[in-house]
Amino acid sequence: MLKYIIKRFLWMIPMLIGISLISFFIMQLAPGDITTTEANFNPKASEESRQKLRAMYNLDKPIIVQYGLWLKRMATLDFGNSFASHQRPVFWQSKDKDGNVTLGMIQEALPITLLINVLSLALIIMIALPLGVISALKQNQFADRAITVFVFIGFAIPGFWLSLMLMYWTGVQHQWLPISGLQSMGSEHLSWFSQTIDFIRHLILPVFISAITGLAGISLFTRNGMLEVLHQDYITTARSKGLSENRVVYGHALRNALLPLITLLGLSIPGLIGGSVIAESIFAINGMGKLFYDAVLMRDFPVIMGILTIGAFLTLIGNLLADVAYAWADPRVRRGVMQ
Amino acid sequence: MLNMFLKSIQMPSNMHRIKCLPFLLLSLIFLNSCDNANHSSAQTDYSKQYPATEGGTLINAMTGEPSGLIAMTAGESAASAIAGNIFNSLLKYDKNLDLAGELAESWDISDDKKTITFHLKPNLKWADNQPLTSEDVLFTWKLVTDDNTRTPYGADYKLVIRAETPDANTFKITYAAPYAPALETWASLHILPKHLLKDQDINTTAFARNPVGSHYYKLEKWKNGQYLSLVRNPNSTQGQAYIEKLTSRIIPDKAAQFLELSADNIDIMGLDSIQYSRVLPARPELNKNIALYKELGNSYVYLGFNLKRQPFNDVRVRQAINYAINKQEIIEGVLLGLGEPVASPYKPGTRWSNPALSPYPYNPDKAKALLKEAGFSDTNGDGILDKDGKPLSFEILTNQNKEREMTAVLMQRRLKDIGIDVKIRILEWASFLGRFIEPREFDAVVLGWSLGLDPDQYNIWHSSQQGPKQFNFVGYNNPKVDALLEAGRLELDPDKRMKIYHEFSKILLEDSPIVYLSAGYGLNAIHKRVQGISNPAPPAGIGHNTHEWYIPSQYARNELSEY
Repeated sequence: MLKYIIKRFLWMIPMLIGISLISFFIMQLAPGDITTTEANFNPKASEESRQKLRAMYNLDKPIIVQYGLWLKRMATLDFGNSFASHQRPVFWQSKDKDGNVTLGMIQEALPITLLINVLSLALIIMIALPLGVISALKQNQFADRAITVFVFIGFAIPGFWLSLMLMYWTGVQHQWLPISGLQSMGSEHLSWFSQTIDFIRHLILPVFISAITGLAGISLFTRNGMLEVLHQDYITTARSKGLSENRVVYGHALRNALLPLITLLGLSIPGLIGGSVIAESIFAINGMGKLFYDAVLMRDFPVIMGILTIGAFLTLIGNLLADVAYAWADPRVRRGVMQ
Repeated sequence: MLNMFLKSIQMPSNMHRIKCLPFLLLSLIFLNSCDNANHSSAQTDYSKQYPATEGGTLINAMTGEPSGLIAMTAGESAASAIAGNIFNSLLKYDKNLDLAGELAESWDISDDKKTITFHLKPNLKWADNQPLTSEDVLFTWKLVTDDNTRTPYGADYKLVIRAETPDANTFKITYAAPYAPALETWASLHILPKHLLKDQDINTTAFARNPVGSHYYKLEKWKNGQYLSLVRNPNSTQGQAYIEKLTSRIIPDKAAQFLELSADNIDIMGLDSIQYSRVLPARPELNKNIALYKELGNSYVYLGFNLKRQPFNDVRVRQAINYAINKQEIIEGVLLGLGEPVASPYKPGTRWSNPALSPYPYNPDKAKALLKEAGFSDTNGDGILDKDGKPLSFEILTNQNKEREMTAVLMQRRLKDIGIDVKIRILEWASFLGRFIEPREFDAVVLGWSLGLDPDQYNIWHSSQQGPKQFNFVGYNNPKVDALLEAGRLELDPDKRMKIYHEFSKILLEDSPIVYLSAGYGLNAIHKRVQGISNPAPPAGIGHNTHEWYIPSQYARNELSEY
C-alpha cells in the first residue's frame, strides 16, 4: 500500500509540470498583459513606460522562456510576487529588511474560503443525507416528490438572486442579520465573545446560500444508492433475521449506499479552495474566487499561476485520497491495488 | 467524521440533546437585532440643519480595494481616491477646476517660460511631526522619474531637465522647452516623505500599506478585503476637517452596496442611473434618510471614425452623420436623462469649455443634403444610399458596456433613417484594443475619453500621434489643429491659453472627426446625516469640499453594543 502511495506521489510531479505548462500557455492566449490592463488607454501613460514595465516583468521574452523562469522559481517553492497588487507575495508572507511582514495573497484569501466551504459541505451532508434516505424509503410518494422538487429548486435558483433577496429580507427589512462583509464596523472594540458571535452572524447567509445550491447532488446520490441497496439480497436477509427497520435502513443499507460518497468527497477537496466569484462579490468576502477573477481581469500572471498550481496539486491529492480511502473501505478495491 | 455521523443517525434520540445548544446560540445570534431595531434610523428626522461640528464617522463603499496607497505605483482609482485624503500635491484644482496652491503657497514662471518656482507654505509638517520641505518634493520627483520605479506615469516628469531646492521652502524646476501641461502634472503628483522612503524600494515598500502623509487624514487601520479607516491628521497642512473618521468599506457588488445603504450601514455610494431615477424615488422610506446628488462626470462618450477610410475621409459625410444622430434621444434613452451633450472635450462650465459652441442639432434633412452633396444617392432603390455602386454601410465596434451598446443601437436606427446601413459588433476590451484599434482595423467605434482637467489634447489629436500604440487612432490630421496644440503647450498664461483651446475646440467641432454623444453625470446617494455639501455641485463635483462636510452629533450613528 505504501509503495502504491509513493508511486502515485512521484507520478504527480510530471502531471503537475504538464498541467502548469498547459495553463501557462492558455493564460498567454488571452490578449493583453498587466501593462495593457493597468492605466490602459490612458493618454498619460506613455508607451515607453509600458515597455519598461514589460521588460521588468520579463513579459518581453518568449513564452517558453517565461515558463522556464517560472518553473525555476517554483522549484524552490517560490510563487513569486503579484504584478498588480504592489508586488505582494502570491502565496505566503514575506518579511522586508525592516521587519515589516507582508501577508501572501493566497494565505489571506484561503482560510475564509476554506471555512465557508467546509461549513457548507458539512451542512450539505447533514441535510442532504437524511433527505436522500427519506426519499428512497418513500420512493415515488409525496415526501419523495416534495424533496426532489425542493432540492432541484435549490439547485436551479440563481444564487445571486437568492442572496440579494435574503439579504434584503433578513438585513434591511428585519435587521436580523448583517448584510455583507465578515465583521461589523467597530466590532474590534467588543469583547472576544461578541466578536465571535458577530463573525458567526456574518457567515450565516454565505454558508446557507452555498449549501442550498449543493443539496441536490448529494441527496439524489444518496437516494439512488439507497434504492439500489434496498433491493439487494442481504437487506432481505437482514429483514428476515427480524432486525428492526431502523437497524436495517441505517445499519446495513445506508453504510453500503454511502461507499461511493467517498469518491465524491475526495473529488470535492479541490473545490474547497475555490470560492464562488459571485457569492464573494455580493457578500464582500475576500476569498479565493474573487482573487482569481481579479487576477484574470488584470492579467496578473503570477497570481493566476499560483492559484492554478495549488488547485491542480489539491485535485491530484484529492484523487489520491479518494482512491486510498476507497481501498480502505472496500476490500475488493484494496485487493486490486495490491496486485 | 463519517462514522460519527452515522452513529448520530443511528440514535436519533441523542440528537435532541445536541440540538439544544445550537438553538441557544441561534437565539443569541438573532435576538440582539431586536435591540438594534429600537433605535433604528427610521424614527429619526434628518431634516433639521445644525451648525458645523467636529467628530463623527463617515462610511462610504467602494467596489475595489487599493493595491497600495502610493498613487504613482498603484494606478487604480480606488488607490487615488483614498491616497487623495492622505497625501498633498504642490497644486490642486479648486471648485471651478482652476489651479490653486496646496503645499505651494504660490508659484512663479520665469520670463522664458521654462522655469517654474514653487514657494511652499511655511512650517509644513508630516503626520509624524517631521518637517515637510522642498527636499521631499525633490525626492518625489526623483522617485517618479527613476527607471526602477514601476509607474506608467513617469513621462511628463522626465521632461524636467533640472530640479533644484535653493532653500527648504523653494522648489525650482526647469524644462528644456516651455511645457504648459506641466502645472497640471504637479497637481497630481503626491509628495512623499523622504525621511521614511529614502532607503526603501518604492515598488515593494511596506509604506504603501502604512503611509505617512500630510493631508487632512491619516491611515488608522487597513483590514484587507474589508475596509480602510482614516482619522484626522492633527498636523494637516490644510487645516482641520470636521469629520473625525472616514471609513471606506470594500463591497464589490453594487446591489449589495445599495442594501447596505438602505439598512443605514453606509453613508455614501455612487449610484447608477436606474437606482437614481427609478429605485430611490419609488421608496419614500429611503428618501426620508437619503439625499441624491448629481455632478458632471469625468468623461464623454463619442462615435469615432477611422478617418483613413472611405467614406469618413470626407468631412461632409462625418457632418451628415453628426446631424443624423439625435444626442438628446441617447441621453434620455441610455442615461435616463442623467447627462448632457458636449461640444468640446472639456467640462462645460470650466474655463476651457468654449461657451460659443453648441452640439450639432438633430437635423436629418441637413444630413441628407450633405450626403447628396458628397455624391451619395439611392440609385438601386434598396433604401441604402450608394456611390460608385458601393452602398454606404459601415460597422460600429464597441466594448462590452451596456450603455455603449444601447447608444450604438439608437444610432443605428437614426442612421438607417437617412439611408446608412450600420452593423454593430461588441468586443471584449483587450481584443478590441489589440486586434482592432492598434492595427486600425475598424470603420467606427463608440468609446469614451476623459474630460481633461488640463486642456492639452496633444496625445489625442496631434497628427504626429498616430503610431500603432498612440492615441490619435482615428487618424486625425489638421495642420491648423497641430499648430494650436503646439502653441497651447508653450503658453503658460491661463487667459491666452484659453483662447487657443477655444479655437481648437471650434475647429474640432467643425471637422467632426468624432461625434460627441453624451457626458453622463456622476450620481451619488448620501445619507442626510451628512451636512455641509454644496448642491448643486460645482464643476469639481460634490467631493471638492469634503473637509467642510460634518455630521451633527445628534445624528451620529449608534455605537455597536455587546451581545
